[in-house]
Amino acid sequence: MKSKRWNPYIAGALTGLLLVLSVFISGKFFGASTTFSRSSAVIEKSIGIDVNQFEYFTTKKGKYGPNSLPNWQLMFVLGIIIGSFIASLWSGTFKIMMIPDMWRQRFGGNTLKRAIIAFIGGAIALFGVRLAGGCPSGHGLSGLSQLAVSGFIALGCFFIGGLITAIILYRD
Amino acid sequence: MSLLYGLITGILFGILLQKAEVLRYDRQLGALRLMDMTIFKFMLTAIVIGSVGIYLMKDLGLVKLSIKATSIGAQVVGGLMFGIGWALLGYCPGTAGGALGEGRLDAIWGILGMLFGAAVHAFAYSFLKTHLIGVGSFGKITLPQFLGTNNWIVIIAFGATAVFFFWIFEKKGL
Repeated sequence: MKSKRWNPYIAGALTGLLLVLSVFISGKFFGASTTFSRSSAVIEKSIGIDVNQFEYFTTKKGKYGPNSLPNWQLMFVLGIIIGSFIASLWSGTFKIMMIPDMWRQRFGGNTLKRAIIAFIGGAIALFGVRLAGGCPSGHGLSGLSQLAVSGFIALGCFFIGGLITAIILYRD
Repeated sequence: MSLLYGLITGILFGILLQKAEVLRYDRQLGALRLMDMTIFKFMLTAIVIGSVGIYLMKDLGLVKLSIKATSIGAQVVGGLMFGIGWALLGYCPGTAGGALGEGRLDAIWGILGMLFGAAVHAFAYSFLKTHLIGVGSFGKITLPQFLGTNNWIVIIAFGATAVFFFWIFEKKGL
């Protein structure tokens, strides 16, 4: 199993090249989190909520509003799902799991407990990342590749928040 | 055409993420618990190669930068919040979909949570804009601009720092 894993330095270097090629060919830097904001606008609109009451969905000529989809980043995020699916079948590592191994060892096999914490974690993470203006792709890969000050601050805080929380979660 | 490029780029990125096993909860938490540095090796290498390529093409006039504005208030508070959520979920916005693609169905709860968090953020945006985003605002600046140095000095220093960390990771078997 272990020999099947690609060396992280080589896979990382190829990712760096992929980013450079993407910027060169289509002018697009990697990012993922705004897709969740735009999708939430589409969902809210589809269930009859007036999204124009929220400044975020109308600011910058509706850049984050319900009419901003489909766009490059949505297809990028969907592509990640497809690419991962193909690669996991190819390497025989596709596995249906409701609970990660490390989580199971610490917190047991209760799927509802995992679901609740994962939902809360996702909600806090996305609120935070939209406030910060980007995720580990947007601020991390794209921001730091451009040496942006915002990327250094954001990535440092991602790590500090994550480190402290992980220590608390997994303390003996 | 832009949609097709997005899809192809995403598929290739998804293959790289999956093959390097960086999508997994155990690897993400392993990094935050300082037990397994796989995601840092992957990410730092991507950034070093990316920065060389992007600044090379920028110097040749082939690409334009797209810098996110610096707001210390937004990036510190938002960044720490993201860190807390990331450690609880074990996936980030880009990797949650990838984790789902390799069968890790608990990512679905995370994705639903993210959509909810996005809606709450949009609801709170006016408040955040008034009270937080303006705090410590420096505009769209890069580290070389801030330090008043040449871009390549920062890239070389960043690359050297990354290599130093890789040396420590390998020496300690992380």
